[in-house]
Amino acid sequence: MISLTINGQSHNVDVEPDTPLLWAIRENVGLTGTKYGCGVAQCGSCTVHVDGVAMRSCAVPASAAIGKRITTIEGLAENGVLHKVQKAWVDHEVPQCGYCQSGMIMAVAALLKDKPKPTDADINSAITNICRCGTFQQVREAIHAAASA
Amino acid sequence: MNFVPKIDRRAFVVGTAAAGAGFSLGMSLPIGRAYAQGTPELNAWVVVRPDDTVVVRIARSEMGQGALTGLCQLVAEELQCDWAKVTWEYVDPSASLARKRIWGNMNSTGSNAIRQSHEYVRQGGAAARQMLVQAAANEWKVAASECTAANSVITHAASGRKTTYGQVALAATKIEPPDPKSVVLKDPKNWQLIGKPIKRLDTADKVTGRQKYSTDTQMSGLLNAAIKACPVRGGKVVSFDAAKVSGMKGVKNVVKVGDTAVAVVADTWWHAKKALDALPVVWDEGPGAKASSASIAAFLKEGLEAETPFVGNQAGDINAALAGAAKKVEAVYAYPYQNHACMEPLNATARYTAEKCEVWTSTQNAEAVLAATVEASGLPFNACAVSVVTAGGGFGRRARTDYVTQAVLIAKQMPGTPVKLLWSREEDMTQGTYHPITQCKLTASLDANNNMTGLRIRISGQSILAGIAPERLVKGRDPATFQGLNPGGEEGRLGYEIPNILIDHAMRNPHIMPGFWRGVNNNQNAIYLECFIDEVAHAAGQDPLAFRRKMMAKHPKHLAVLNAAAERAGYDKPLPKGVFRGIAQHMGYGSYVAAVAEVSVASDGLITLHRIVGATDCGYVVNPAQVERQISGSFVYGLSAIFYGSCTVKDGRIEQTNFHDYNSMRLAAMPKVETVLVPSGGFWGGVGEPTIFVAAPAVLNAIFAATGKRIRSFPLKDQGFRTA
Repeated sequence: MISLTINGQSHNVDVEPDTPLLWAIRENVGLTGTKYGCGVAQCGSCTVHVDGVAMRSCAVPASAAIGKRITTIEGLAENGVLHKVQKAWVDHEVPQCGYCQSGMIMAVAALLKDKPKPTDADINSAITNICRCGTFQQVREAIHAAASA
Repeated sequence: MNFVPKIDRRAFVVGTAAAGAGFSLGMSLPIGRAYAQGTPELNAWVVVRPDDTVVVRIARSEMGQGALTGLCQLVAEELQCDWAKVTWEYVDPSASLARKRIWGNMNSTGSNAIRQSHEYVRQGGAAARQMLVQAAANEWKVAASECTAANSVITHAASGRKTTYGQVALAATKIEPPDPKSVVLKDPKNWQLIGKPIKRLDTADKVTGRQKYSTDTQMSGLLNAAIKACPVRGGKVVSFDAAKVSGMKGVKNVVKVGDTAVAVVADTWWHAKKALDALPVVWDEGPGAKASSASIAAFLKEGLEAETPFVGNQAGDINAALAGAAKKVEAVYAYPYQNHACMEPLNATARYTAEKCEVWTSTQNAEAVLAATVEASGLPFNACAVSVVTAGGGFGRRARTDYVTQAVLIAKQMPGTPVKLLWSREEDMTQGTYHPITQCKLTASLDANNNMTGLRIRISGQSILAGIAPERLVKGRDPATFQGLNPGGEEGRLGYEIPNILIDHAMRNPHIMPGFWRGVNNNQNAIYLECFIDEVAHAAGQDPLAFRRKMMAKHPKHLAVLNAAAERAGYDKPLPKGVFRGIAQHMGYGSYVAAVAEVSVASDGLITLHRIVGATDCGYVVNPAQVERQISGSFVYGLSAIFYGSCTVKDGRIEQTNFHDYNSMRLAAMPKVETVLVPSGGFWGGVGEPTIFVAAPAVLNAIFAATGKRIRSFPLKDQGFRTA
């Protein structure tokens, strides 16, 4: 049993320490917005924030997140108000199938925290999530929109 | 080594269902009006609730392509309802079956969701509007013809009375529905919703994590299964040592799944997967285990010269044209196996009892899921239920139902317990239904004036239908092989007038399972043809665009789209130093597409895509914002395939296991795609796939312009090229 703080709430989770954080979040805590896409930190669908840093949770052991603040897509909006990245995503209709978008949004939210006005080059190097629908054009537009919001 | 198609019973069931002749199985279920949350329907497509909410029934699949919103636009256009009141629900295929397939074909492949249902869903909207207006007229005791309907409000102008759809909805359900044939649809010039860039209906939940995909299915008592099928297609399970893993944490069961796979069922999927990874399994890999990419290539190469009866397009006398040529051009191309790699790995949840089998899954063909459920459960149709869940990508892979069959076979061994089967990414990569492998030899003749007088194309390679639906072969021939090269038809028509043509197919079916992969045979056929035409143009000393135009006078729609792309790209204008241009056009799934790509190639093989223009004529555009997204996304999918997409074979199994060795283009590599919509009206073409056809050949022709090197086998990563 380990204790994880997710979206401000403490959860006692019955997992082995090496269980990937992704599966602890999805299966033990029951928050399914964070997605499994590859399991090997390639695609980024499972991106969450650990102490404010974007991490690919499929490759983070749950034990490594003990005592840290974990934020998932479900916890990004505050008091029912969408995060500016989520709002930009709605305005620019970024998602197609949407499966990778939880991770994409979390990666972008972390980028904007570090670099409030990212250049295209910043975006290129920071946002490496795979999207098979290919919404990259809308992703880039929405990042710039969120940055100037 | 040639895989011999065998026709199985399920293929028949699904095939006949698709043909509309099936499912006549003595069903005794009542054929009556269905209900959406307590409110009777006006007809199969429309429910209006007393609070004015309009529920549109969606029989096709939403897998990201936006069909859900487009179909609602079509219904709402004729219903003339308040768009803000529109919501939707998916159709249960068993309910459709019980009502004599009232919702028609539920398959979503071949970019067909809108182009093959636009008429009857609009009729559904129009018929519902007529009933609502009639109900109001009855209440007011006036003629329906004196009433008008707009924005969910019915008005009788003469008396100034008004009511809403919701207020008369219940009364309207009691009115005899009009004969669909009597329903008059709007003239396109009067459309108010069709053709507008209306916001998708399904965005909000996709940015908050609330959207439920099939993999998110949760229910009381749910267990999770991880599966491993024989890594070589055609192989079988010999034995497995369940005792080795049955004591591992969370493990509930270790089961054989059919003859070909084993699964571990556990409290969590992570536990199931850990135990599966530790499970010793002995396989009989079968004869396919001897195959390799090299042996498959040799097998196909032989087909380039062999005799074959399968002709797709023939005109004039190709032998005479080639014999009398002033100049001949010849080239051999090859296209690899590719995996769909949907972001959401394949999965399905099943609950089986002796009386009932329920399935929850995302699919491109809900009726095929039902058929698979019936087959695997052994229960009758009316004891099976399928709940369709939004898909995290489909691309053709979710038109197959292998994962559903597996889920049911597992659940059947644990009656009463719901089991969610989720494939690992590794299983998804290695148990695909792959983009078929082909080679192609092309020969062209030019006369003394450099006119193209003959085109000979021999395709050697795999037939998708022989692998997945042999009952749909036509006298052993696979018509889909010739997509884009056909003399006529909406599924893919050659856009060039060449007096002497012979295009044929030597079917060579390796043991690897083929499947429909977004764009299907148009993809490699467009590369073969459009890169080769480029080669011939250069041999003729002519500009590739001008050379094409000369042969397109009798194909005005193909030509108009090509011209639209060229014009937007400023084809006649010089490019910056080091930047080179390529162009391509193709037609398929009812739509005409063209692309221009501008690239530069660094000495280390880094390819920079500076600019992409994509033009489309899909007849009518339902939602231009979604069409633009399908076009730009198609470039990502198609270019990922040409840069990185190759599934190779060693010891009979697919070698690539995850995105580290089956890469996909990232944001950094993609420029903004400039879309040019040139809808010429009068027909309904697809948009989910067509742009893929031209994405790769436009870039390949630009790479040739930049390097003078003609790449004829793929992916580009194996030829020393890469993207950012």
